[in-house]
Amino acid sequence: MARVVLIEDEPNIAEAIRFLLVRDGCEVLALPDGLGGVAAIAAGRPDIVILDLMLPGVSGLDLLAAIRADAGLAAVPVLMLTAKGQGRDREAAERAGVSRFMTKPFANAEMLAAVRDLVGQGRERGHDQGHDQGQGGGRP
Amino acid sequence: MPFNLLVLFCLCYVVMLFLVAFLAERRAAVGRIGWLRSPVIYTLSLSIYCTAWTFYGAVGYAARSGLEFVTIYLGPTLVFVGWWWVLRKLVKIGRQQRVTSIADLISSRFGKSNLLGVVVTLIAVVAATPYIALQLQSVTLSFAVFASGTPEGWALPNRDATAVWVAGGLALFTILFGTRNLDAKEQHHGVVLAIAVEAVVKLVALLAVGAFVVWGIGGGLGAVFAKIGAASIPDWVIKPDRWFGMIAVSGAAVICLPRMFQVMVVEDGDERHMALASWAFPAYLMLMSLFIVPIAVIGLERMPAGANPDMFVLTLPLAEGQAGLAMLAFLGGFSSATSMVIVESIALATMVSNHVVMPLWLRLAPQSAMSGDVRRIVLLARRLSIIGVLALGYLYYRMSGGSVALAAMGLIAFAGVAQVLPVLLGGIFWRGATKSGAVAGLLTGFCVWAFTLFLPFFGPDAVLSQAVFDQGLMGAGWLRPQALFGVTGMDPLVHSLFWSAALNTAAFCIVSLLTFPGPVERMQGAAFVNVFDADAAGPQGWARGRAEPEALLVMAQRILGEDQALALFEAEARAQGKGGYLPDATPDFVAGLERRLAGSVGAATAHAMISQIVGRATVSVEDLMAVANETAQIMEYSAQLEAQREELTRTAGALREANEKLKQLSVQKDAFLSQISHELRTPMTSIRAFSEILTEGDLPPELVANYGRIIHDEAIRLTRLLDDLLDLSVLENGSVQLNIGLVNLQPLIDRALASAQHTRPERDFTVLRDLPTESLFLRTDGDRLVQVFINLISNARKYCDAGTPELKISVRQRSGRVHVDFIDNGTGIAKQSQGIIFEKFARLTDQSRAGGAGLGLAICREVMANLGGQVTYLPGRGGAAFRVTLPLRIGQQAA
Repeated sequence: MARVVLIEDEPNIAEAIRFLLVRDGCEVLALPDGLGGVAAIAAGRPDIVILDLMLPGVSGLDLLAAIRADAGLAAVPVLMLTAKGQGRDREAAERAGVSRFMTKPFANAEMLAAVRDLVGQGRERGHDQGHDQGQGGGRP
Repeated sequence: MPFNLLVLFCLCYVVMLFLVAFLAERRAAVGRIGWLRSPVIYTLSLSIYCTAWTFYGAVGYAARSGLEFVTIYLGPTLVFVGWWWVLRKLVKIGRQQRVTSIADLISSRFGKSNLLGVVVTLIAVVAATPYIALQLQSVTLSFAVFASGTPEGWALPNRDATAVWVAGGLALFTILFGTRNLDAKEQHHGVVLAIAVEAVVKLVALLAVGAFVVWGIGGGLGAVFAKIGAASIPDWVIKPDRWFGMIAVSGAAVICLPRMFQVMVVEDGDERHMALASWAFPAYLMLMSLFIVPIAVIGLERMPAGANPDMFVLTLPLAEGQAGLAMLAFLGGFSSATSMVIVESIALATMVSNHVVMPLWLRLAPQSAMSGDVRRIVLLARRLSIIGVLALGYLYYRMSGGSVALAAMGLIAFAGVAQVLPVLLGGIFWRGATKSGAVAGLLTGFCVWAFTLFLPFFGPDAVLSQAVFDQGLMGAGWLRPQALFGVTGMDPLVHSLFWSAALNTAAFCIVSLLTFPGPVERMQGAAFVNVFDADAAGPQGWARGRAEPEALLVMAQRILGEDQALALFEAEARAQGKGGYLPDATPDFVAGLERRLAGSVGAATAHAMISQIVGRATVSVEDLMAVANETAQIMEYSAQLEAQREELTRTAGALREANEKLKQLSVQKDAFLSQISHELRTPMTSIRAFSEILTEGDLPPELVANYGRIIHDEAIRLTRLLDDLLDLSVLENGSVQLNIGLVNLQPLIDRALASAQHTRPERDFTVLRDLPTESLFLRTDGDRLVQVFINLISNARKYCDAGTPELKISVRQRSGRVHVDFIDNGTGIAKQSQGIIFEKFARLTDQSRAGGAGLGLAICREVMANLGGQVTYLPGRGGAAFRVTLPLRIGQQAA
């Protein structure tokens, strides 16, 4: 059973994703914004973080950078959602270390597949975390 | 005549003056100034020189000292005929620098020094107090004359009580018409017109009494001349020293008396009027003095011995049974006294409030220049000062016992204010005069005057002891009040005049030569001395770009009032090639604003207030050089360069603004697609996700209902966004169908308020309205206008962050256009955001709070453009403030 922290400011979208993941057997902690910072995310001890790009207060990109800079969360896979769908945003997110990028609107199946996939990858990597900490985009 | 009838008559007269003043103010308020500022009114207003002293006292003077009274008229005559070019220069300086009083002129000339303002104010108040007492005394005396001269035998209840009533009534009139508003450049059209009327009344009254005395009881011109020849009036001999002294002091007084300065320089400010005044005012004085000697001679002959010659103008007609004529004479004297007191107290109150109260208040509460209501404080200070000045006059009247001959008191006042003359003349003709010199001269003159004339007037052992009179101050023999430096045998008045003028001028010149003027003094000195050269208003040297225009606007609103300040700033912004209400704070603009403020609160205070925002004035070497080498060529060349530079600056300003706008537009254009994408995709995401969930089935019915509703809501949100986008595009193309009709503004606002209730309905909002002003018929598209109102009100409901939110809606009609202002009490919109709020998708906060697509204000702007008006942001109003402007009738150009 995977633990998911979902940060999404549109309440209806958050509800849809929460419903899908809970039905799939996940435990979901939904936050309306990133104002609680890394601490609020770490409190959910997530296996995966789903992050909206446009958030009130702290932007999704900033939050992503903070996650990657945090020792406890650096290895957690991050799935980023955006409604803007511009190439520039995707590049910026990839530079900041996003694990996967998804454009709204999405198919439910697509979302579930991405979460399962990323959680699986994260668990694998979790096993050799002792040798391979501070994961970076360029490492093999 | 019964006393009650007399009082009633006086009251009627005062009511008439009230009406005259009121109508003149009304006329001036709607801009129809016209003849209110004609040379004739100007000349008549100058006649406040003739107070009750000249009306009643001149006859007494003639009865006691023969022809010497003529000197009081000769001095001003010589000044107006021979020195009109000095007066013209004063008036021109007064207009250019927006001078509010003689203290302000001197303070402004010497580097806007408030110390000098205080010194001149002090001299003026001390010198004017006996003079005001004199007016109270003459009105009281004239009441008493009627009391004792009537067969009914009523007695005046109490002279002191009469004086109190007179002083109180005058204070009321002065406050009502002298402090109604803080006009730029202290002009009071109502008061000036009332004074002009009083000038006619007193002239007619004195001429009527004179004619009656000569032809009615004197037996014609020949007989009267014979009587004058044989009269026992003492001292027909001309005493050269007294005559010279009196002519000089009255000539000086006509320039320096605060009330004369007020009507001559402050109220009018058109040096062309001097052409008529330079001969008409002496002619007026001539007419006033025409019958003085006949009245004195016939009075001495016919009245019982011991009758007060100061009251002959009244007592002669009364004794001859001419009650009507006596009444007219009484009104003449009443007019003389009241007009003098009114103008004098306005002038003194302006000085006291601008040079004493305001600087003190600014020092005690420096931050209140930005937050407090300066206008109310200035007006309150003026009102209290008026009461204070009249109270001082009354106290002086009580202390002096009301027994002294009228002329003596008047001369002391004349000699006191004459101390200002050397500094005044030096200031406008001599560039080398310095502030230290002016202070030294004024203080020296004032002390000598007080020691040799003012204090001795109270008599031995009153203020100065007998020992001081005999042995001099502290036993120093050369410091005797009436024999300074051991010079004895001079007439006390001439003695005092001689020494005060000599020491005053000497101190002024010597200290000026020994000290150096500061930079601001140099600039002001050049501006004053060369006032007739082109563009000599004087560069002020405010640092460029240091001031926040919005802070300046807030301060200007506190002093000039909101409309005037906004109009001033808008005109300047347009001259700089910018839109909106906030021009760049260029040195020229700040200097112009300072002069404008100086017209209300005085140069020193205005300078201090601007310094609080802009920082200290700095005068560059170039500025000083420009003042130092002003050959005609350089001036002309630099004027051309200046004109070109200004043109370039304006063009550059316009270009910069256009470029800025283009850059922002390009960024927004980019952002626009991204925004549209976001706004469409967000509701679509929910719709797609929930419709897939519902399609899979197998859900409890309440979840089905719940998710169905979300899909429905999001579909509506999409529709609304598309509607807004389409509406905007139609409005932008100008292809919109307007539904024009006659609508009343008030129900429109009602509708908008009701509709906007749905936005954040949980918020308790106080709405302040003025219903009568809203009841206004417009020819426009009512539904579209309501759409704009709803948007503005909803925005206030959404974004106003005050604890107890308030929205003020005010409606005003101005030259064919209607302003509707929506002002809330939140923190408002930051200056850098004010330019973009009307752009599409310009949302300042995050969307979830706002709950709209960010198209509202963009639509408002387009709607108003289609209705022939506009919607603008008003900076500097505390909270967020929007002004909707539209024509009363659509399709009609603004008048």
